[in-house]
Amino acid sequence: MRPRGLWWVGVGVVALALPQVLPLYFTHLVLLTMIYGLSAMSLDVLAGYTGLTSFGHATYFGTAAYTVGILTTQHHLPPALAAAAGVGAAVLLAAAYGLLATRAVGVYFLIITLALGMGTWGLAYRWSSVTGGDNGLPGIPPLDLGLPWSMAEPRNLYYLVLAVFCVAAFLLYRLVHSPFGLTLRGIRESEGRMRMLGYNTWLHRYVAFVVAGGFAGVAGVLYAFYNRFVSPPDLHLAASAEAVLMVILGGAGTLFGPLAGAGIVVFLRNLVSAYTQRWMLILGVVFVLTVLYAPQGVAGGARALWARWRGHAPAPRPQAEPRKEPVAEP
Amino acid sequence: MSAVCLRTEQLRKHYGGLRAVDGVDLEVREGERRAVIGPNGAGKTTLFHLLSGEVPASGGRILLFGRDVTRLPSFRRAALGVGRTYQVTNLFPRLSVLENTLLATLGLRREKYDPFSPLAKHREPMEDARRLLEEFGLWEKRDWPIGSLSYGEQRQLEIILALAGRPRLLLLDEPTAGLSPAETQAVTQLIRGLDSRITVLLIEHDMDVAFQVAQRITVLHFGRVLAEGTVEEVRANPEVQAIYLGSGEL
Amino acid sequence: MQFWLTQLLNGLSFAALLFLLASGLTLIFGLMRIVNIAHGSYYLLGAYVALSVVQATGSFVAAALAGSLTVAAVGVVMQRGFLARFYRAEQAQVLLTMGFSFIFADLALWIWGGDPHRLPTPRAVAGSVDLGITFFPAYRLTVIAVGGLVAVFLWLLQERTRLGAVVRAAVDDQEMARGLGIHVEPVLTGMFAVGAALAGFGGVMGGPFLGVYPGVDSEVLPLAFAVVIIGGLGSLKGALVGSVLVGILDNLGKALFPELSYFTLFVPMAIVLAIRPTGLFGRG
Repeated sequence: MRPRGLWWVGVGVVALALPQVLPLYFTHLVLLTMIYGLSAMSLDVLAGYTGLTSFGHATYFGTAAYTVGILTTQHHLPPALAAAAGVGAAVLLAAAYGLLATRAVGVYFLIITLALGMGTWGLAYRWSSVTGGDNGLPGIPPLDLGLPWSMAEPRNLYYLVLAVFCVAAFLLYRLVHSPFGLTLRGIRESEGRMRMLGYNTWLHRYVAFVVAGGFAGVAGVLYAFYNRFVSPPDLHLAASAEAVLMVILGGAGTLFGPLAGAGIVVFLRNLVSAYTQRWMLILGVVFVLTVLYAPQGVAGGARALWARWRGHAPAPRPQAEPRKEPVAEP
Repeated sequence: MSAVCLRTEQLRKHYGGLRAVDGVDLEVREGERRAVIGPNGAGKTTLFHLLSGEVPASGGRILLFGRDVTRLPSFRRAALGVGRTYQVTNLFPRLSVLENTLLATLGLRREKYDPFSPLAKHREPMEDARRLLEEFGLWEKRDWPIGSLSYGEQRQLEIILALAGRPRLLLLDEPTAGLSPAETQAVTQLIRGLDSRITVLLIEHDMDVAFQVAQRITVLHFGRVLAEGTVEEVRANPEVQAIYLGSGEL
Repeated sequence: MQFWLTQLLNGLSFAALLFLLASGLTLIFGLMRIVNIAHGSYYLLGAYVALSVVQATGSFVAAALAGSLTVAAVGVVMQRGFLARFYRAEQAQVLLTMGFSFIFADLALWIWGGDPHRLPTPRAVAGSVDLGITFFPAYRLTVIAVGGLVAVFLWLLQERTRLGAVVRAAVDDQEMARGLGIHVEPVLTGMFAVGAALAGFGGVMGGPFLGVYPGVDSEVLPLAFAVVIIGGLGSLKGALVGSVLVGILDNLGKALFPELSYFTLFVPMAIVLAIRPTGLFGRG
């Protein structure tokens, strides 16, 4: 695996040097890419690996961000504590919603996560006394962890986010290559078969749901301290849909593909918004084009090419269709 | 006399007005080789779904090793030692041969919950998978996607998956369907060579295979047991001959 | 007493809107297993088109027709042009409809701007009706009546007509239906258009009291989904029961705890999921 290791070292060097070498603009974009990338990667565990496409992923991202916002601006808790509480809130919410969402699979699961997500949005939007309503929560303090460098400075925050991202990405990488990760893929391919082999598939799906929500929460906490402002759009259906697009654009079931997908969306959004107000229109078009012409995404397409080049008889890849029956076996 | 492995009492499955399984009483002893035959639509596969727990029964009881498992979900029955193969190949399409087998060898182990260490570190399930694949000559193709295997090899993998959990009761649903004569012989030999402590229940349309493998035969018709007995008894049964009349099967 | 009657009637008028949305959604899903995320944008487009037409012509009826037909046309293009080729690929279809929902919402924003609008109440039913206990807006009563009529009409269509039988046949077994000489594709497209038209019509009817504004699509869509989850995907009866439940709860919630009202609408959905995941009348 020598070339592989070299590749990661190269990426690491670029990542570390970036803020010193490129304009601040790029630092911001890469920072955002890591934050949304982490969210997309955690969604990939659920959608790409387990075959459960959620249209409510931003709910956990947003809830963590809001928790940080509320605790720091209204209760003046130290940032580190608020950060921990943020992740905790995301995990608890995922644990609660997960009990409902995992009652089903397939498109039914999709609808339920969508509904739960927008219900939570409604809370953020209308519960003004707590969430600031439509105005959101401005004035989140920087993530002061007692380090000698100020986290109000984007270049410094970049390194902190990079560190957190690397740890989180490493954990996710180990997860998908572990026995548990294999069971998730087995469930995606044939849940009935898995049950006949002795797996309590509901439990596996539930754990995947909570884990995905938890890592989205980590991303949400980072977002709150980067953006210093959180508002209802952060957990709207559009945000959840963007996460799904990042996964598909990058390649579902590849883990790092969605990171690339996040990068594409972040850079594209920045580029487009400089020239026109019609970002949502472009987003919709990209969505449609991706489904029509590149359903495997960037990494998925690359993988197929790689397998063919290595000489495996090219197996006809079935379309990425998780499940037909909407409700899971009780 | 060996113990009773499987017993069903008035087992029923209704789909609205359709009585797929209509009061089946079955008793299979440990180590027995029992073939279940009958025309299409007789309820054989539905019976297997009920026995494996994949479909809930509408009525009646199922006892496994003396224990009432009627309400038990399929994954708990697997833990009790039930393994099955499917009439339509039911593998994990986008996973490799080795990954398919590993899922089977991990199925009843606590290690399946490990979220952190790499798969290769888990020696026992890996060794079990290797052994099984080597026995069937599929070890060289372990990294191949399932789609690259021949149909016969896929059917072999079906059986590997069922055997990996060291089942005490093996449900084989038309294991020789679609196989060439040579492949059919190989599967027949395999079934005959299974450990004598394993109880084997076999759905078959190929009468030669059924008669070669089974000690006793149960004939299903319209969801009910039409006849049951040794190979000779069933062959000689006039009702059984009638339903197979014209097909020249017997 | 006055309070409760007003709440009930308010709730029922909202329920009528929800029914128009949910019935279209469940029709499309029940027939084609397509989960149409763009359904909320159909509501939005119907309302905006009606707004323009009523501003130009002064006729609410013309506006209602225009709104429904325009959305039906959009639906036809979407279904025939894009969804049809993904037959049985449910996830791809959902993603496509998601993409289209963004496109429609942003186009609407571009064309009609960001200000909230309210459709003018049709003059014929602009006043209030004396119900003895209280006065109540005539328009809202009209909406309830129209909702009820549509429900009856749909039920008759499904159960009592040849068309209903043809549709059911086309859905149950496409191969067989084709073999019997039934042209399946036009039937499916037609039904999709009907579902879309219902949503657009809902937007028009809701225009005078809910208003139309950017974001209304993503506010009503989850409610329509909640109704369908409660009632069961594919069940018209379920859509009716679910709509009434959610509609009345919405009003109660707004009256009793306004800040949590949107969120509380999903509580019955959660309860149904916990007890009977396939919905009250869903096929198990």
